[in-house]
Amino acid sequence: MVDTKVTLSGIELDNPIIPASGTFGFGYEFAELYDINVLGTFSFKGTTKDARFGNPTPRIAECESGLINSVGLQNPGVEKVKAQELPKLKKCFSKPVMANVSGFSVEDYAYTCQMLNDEEQIGWFEVNISCPNVHGGGLAFGTSAKNAELVTKAVKAVTNKPVYIKLSPNVTDITEIAKACEAAGADGISLINTLLGMRIDLKTKKPVVANKMGGFSGPAIFPVALRMVYQCYEAVKIPIIGMGGVSTAEDVVEMMLAGATAVEVGAANLVNPFASKEIIEDLPRVMEKYKISSLKDIIGGAH
Amino acid sequence: MKQLKFKILSNVQIADKVYKMTLSGDTTDIKCGQFVNIQIDGAYLRRPISVCDLEQGVLTIIYKAVGKGTEIMANLDKGTVLDVLTGLGNGYDIAQSGDKPLLIGGGVGVPPMYLLAKELVNEGKKVTVILGFNTKTDAFYMEEFENLGAKVFVSTVDGTLGVKGFVTDALKEIADYTYFYTCGPEPMLKAVYNATATSGQFSFEERMGCGFGACMGCSCKTKYGNKRICKDGPVLVKEEIIW
Repeated sequence: MVDTKVTLSGIELDNPIIPASGTFGFGYEFAELYDINVLGTFSFKGTTKDARFGNPTPRIAECESGLINSVGLQNPGVEKVKAQELPKLKKCFSKPVMANVSGFSVEDYAYTCQMLNDEEQIGWFEVNISCPNVHGGGLAFGTSAKNAELVTKAVKAVTNKPVYIKLSPNVTDITEIAKACEAAGADGISLINTLLGMRIDLKTKKPVVANKMGGFSGPAIFPVALRMVYQCYEAVKIPIIGMGGVSTAEDVVEMMLAGATAVEVGAANLVNPFASKEIIEDLPRVMEKYKISSLKDIIGGAH
Repeated sequence: MKQLKFKILSNVQIADKVYKMTLSGDTTDIKCGQFVNIQIDGAYLRRPISVCDLEQGVLTIIYKAVGKGTEIMANLDKGTVLDVLTGLGNGYDIAQSGDKPLLIGGGVGVPPMYLLAKELVNEGKKVTVILGFNTKTDAFYMEEFENLGAKVFVSTVDGTLGVKGFVTDALKEIADYTYFYTCGPEPMLKAVYNATATSGQFSFEERMGCGFGACMGCSCKTKYGNKRICKDGPVLVKEEIIW
């Protein structure tokens, strides 16, 4: 009998698998397909202070082993999320959920987290300072250590729940940002968000997505994500949620060996809606194969 | 939505770059106007393809080989088993049709009109169909619609078959219809919107990520709020559309 349990800032997860924000909505679409309570938890759709339609379409471009998206944080705004989405989420998911929050100023982030703070089901905040799809917005915070620090402090001031800062890979040195978050009081970090990428349509000779560039995700980015998790594990002591192209139970184990306490699954959910569930079901087999009795024991094991 | 295995029964070319594939599998979850999302070896994302016909346990799709994924599909052999998500999208509401519905399909927007025509004929409706293509070698399924008992008009842009011009040129000859349904490229849909006298339903196409409502990749604005083409669409009613 293998033990898949991990602990994320004092909250025990049955397994380390967390569907990533933006690939899992508020859970109820997937609850029509399977009991989502099998998940460790999930990170709900990125929520902002005001409602956002997001970017013009096309928003999607296919790539080798991945895709580019430029959705641009479409969401109904924090008030409607509280009034309409979270009650539906509660009906299909009984575990603590991760609240993914975005903003366009330090005040935005603090406001949205404060608004969500009284939601009992929220176990953690995942503060996205790294969305590549909003001009002059999210990405600017994630690419400067100073701003990362300011957002972390502002959010920590309005909540007692654990705060994870979601970092951008589109920086010179991700460990500098990770250290700034840690110093500012972050309970953990999650990485990586998507890599800024683009595709050009040979027929029209123009960029495929309307916003020209977008966030590249999928199995193609896994080695980059793994490397950054490995580097951050050496740079900070706070827990890391690893993500980026994770598609199999083997990828999960690899990510944990690099230093992740829990692992998010993103693009894979879009190609196979059962991906997260299938990874969870496959974990014991992979653990036995590699003689791992408890996942807790392998975190950072590659160092 | 269901994730199912379908086995290819046939996969044949029926017009220039246009292929008809029949598949055997569980079709109980599929409705008229919906689409299926097919996993293809060699492509990361699934390929969303509209439902052309349904018989018990047999699904027919018609697709155009225009890119990497559909070109791989065109080369798949009989007997190949595909991973398919079924029951996607809202589908057409046939209850709105009135006695004399008009169906307007352009190019690869023609296939979803077939199952719709079949269901409307079965309901005892007097169905008229306009099929629009660029040229004669693109054209397909005229006989199939006639065999259902529908009155068929054809238009080609170059005039090599039927009325010369667009579906809206063929539409000028048809005055008597109670409602319409349409599917085709967006410029055609917009022209139909402006040229029609009644209410109707439009099936839209958009680049999709997941095809089942999770990623927000195919959102659009409507008068009834933001909608996802894959989940809240692909069918929108005339009154809600914002061009």
